[in-house]
Amino acid sequence: MATVTGIPGTGVPGVGPARPRRRLVARPAAWLIWGAVIFFFLNLLGIVGSVLVSSFGRQWFDTWLPEGFTATWYSDAWNQFTLGQVILVTLEVSLLVVGLSLLIGVPAAYVLARRSFPGKRAAYVVFLLPILMPPITYGIPLATVLYKFGLAGHLSGVVLANLVPSVPFVILTMTPFIEQIDPRIESAARMCGAGLRSVFLRVLAPLLLPGMLASAILVLVRTVGMFELTFLTAGPDSQTLVVALYYSMSAAGIRAQQSVDAMAVIYTSMMLVLLVIALRYVNPTQLVARVKEEPEP
Amino acid sequence: MSVTTPPAATTRPSQSPRVHWRHRLAERGVDGQLWLLAPAVLFVVLLFLYPFFYGLGLSFQPTEGGPFSDYARFFGDAYQRGTIWTTLGLALPAALLNVLASVPIAYRMRGRFRGKRLVTILLVVPITLGTVLTAQGLLNFLGPTGWFNRVLLALHLTDEPVRLVHNYWGVFFSLIITGFPFAFLLVLSYLSGIDPTLERAAATLGAGWWQRFRAVTLPLLMPGLATTFCLTFVLAFSVFPSAVLVGNPAGETRVISIAAYQAAYEQYDYPYASAIAMVMGFIELVIISVVLLARTRLYTGSSGGKG
Repeated sequence: MATVTGIPGTGVPGVGPARPRRRLVARPAAWLIWGAVIFFFLNLLGIVGSVLVSSFGRQWFDTWLPEGFTATWYSDAWNQFTLGQVILVTLEVSLLVVGLSLLIGVPAAYVLARRSFPGKRAAYVVFLLPILMPPITYGIPLATVLYKFGLAGHLSGVVLANLVPSVPFVILTMTPFIEQIDPRIESAARMCGAGLRSVFLRVLAPLLLPGMLASAILVLVRTVGMFELTFLTAGPDSQTLVVALYYSMSAAGIRAQQSVDAMAVIYTSMMLVLLVIALRYVNPTQLVARVKEEPEP
Repeated sequence: MSVTTPPAATTRPSQSPRVHWRHRLAERGVDGQLWLLAPAVLFVVLLFLYPFFYGLGLSFQPTEGGPFSDYARFFGDAYQRGTIWTTLGLALPAALLNVLASVPIAYRMRGRFRGKRLVTILLVVPITLGTVLTAQGLLNFLGPTGWFNRVLLALHLTDEPVRLVHNYWGVFFSLIITGFPFAFLLVLSYLSGIDPTLERAAATLGAGWWQRFRAVTLPLLMPGLATTFCLTFVLAFSVFPSAVLVGNPAGETRVISIAAYQAAYEQYDYPYASAIAMVMGFIELVIISVVLLARTRLYTGSSGGKG
């Protein structure tokens, strides 16, 4: 935060020539904007911080800080909510979803990036729809179908449901990535006698590895955080961490508030580890959405 | 979609017409490589389109009454019908505020400055935290004995704690906390896609700060803003966990997804739940298509943002 607050007043070296003029004109506005940003961050800090402090507090009623600090809520939460098993399920689900969505999505992204064929626009729209629809809307019919075939309530149903937004996401993030690879490299490989298989495995795969890594991590973050679809399809032994957190929160009163907070902190730290890994490989704006709206004809 | 390549092995007596036919398909861009698309198409059809149409069909086969009776039941019941307005009353202001607040902030922050990466990383945090954790944090932070009310009391801005959770505002704040960073990062990426020399050219012609923004940057940014609004609106429209946890799920924040969930998992009336889900999807698509239709009237040229 310290680096943020220092900026608006003093000029930053190495900025373009247009900067001093604008600063003179829009100075109060700049303060207002930075004030809003800092207010937002303070609230964010309060939200995350209050969960963190509460999870270590012995008792916390009508005071600024808890009366004493303890770490017992963590062991409580771990035992009460069988967190070991829940985390195991979360990892299984996310890794399966990542692997399968890459396996399905990357070849499709390749075709969409390289080829033009009749119905390409329609294919784009169909792949875009699961991202544009709220998960609850298609989640309820999807869960109904999965229950009908006896898949929901188990790990397989959770994985299948989570694949629905993940595969289009892989396709939409990988397509621009493949487009920027020079097609002449593939042509050269073809000329040297490589088949489709070896072009993919020995030419494209090494070039695509950074992009695949990036979209794999993005899918991982989204799957671990995906609440609605997992919630609709999970059975008692296939809950992921975020769903278990929701259940423990909506059954508040039965359990101590602090052990729910401890569980929330475990979830947060898991997400933060993933986030730190993700930010090493991808631009923050990519975490939000890398949707290519206008397919080239 | 139209993967119409014939299977490789066909036993036909004459070779020439088959080759001819294949060539004609290949000229239009249809050949064996399109099979790579097959798993994804199969997947979308089986897991997205089939359930969707299954749900659509199910919604016309209610447990009792004619084909439209579940829809009539939904729209006839004021308690159920009201969920539409509740949802829109939450999602539209939240999405609008998120987009409108991001514009000036992103406009100010689009240049390079020290700590920009830190700010963007900090903004990504609430997106990854997700709605459930945000709800838990809001309950602690904005609750009657939380830090926020303590600060207000200490500053003598209010005499008694302000009630901010378990009502409309709790859900609204959770939509802002998770939605604003999302909108901001998108707007920032659209803004940095706009060529800065355009604005400098306007400056040499004597345009002031407001004129440059109004006549140069904003028209180029508008398509991106429309897209951002759509994506933020989708997020806000499907609000479910926070409406249950920090809202008042029986009263003023009974959003449409709660109605659909209750029909499916509390009354086990899947046709009715599907009907509600279809109404929900329909309303959302109507609003999105209105915005996207308006977007086509805007300039979307090469020098604009990525939108």
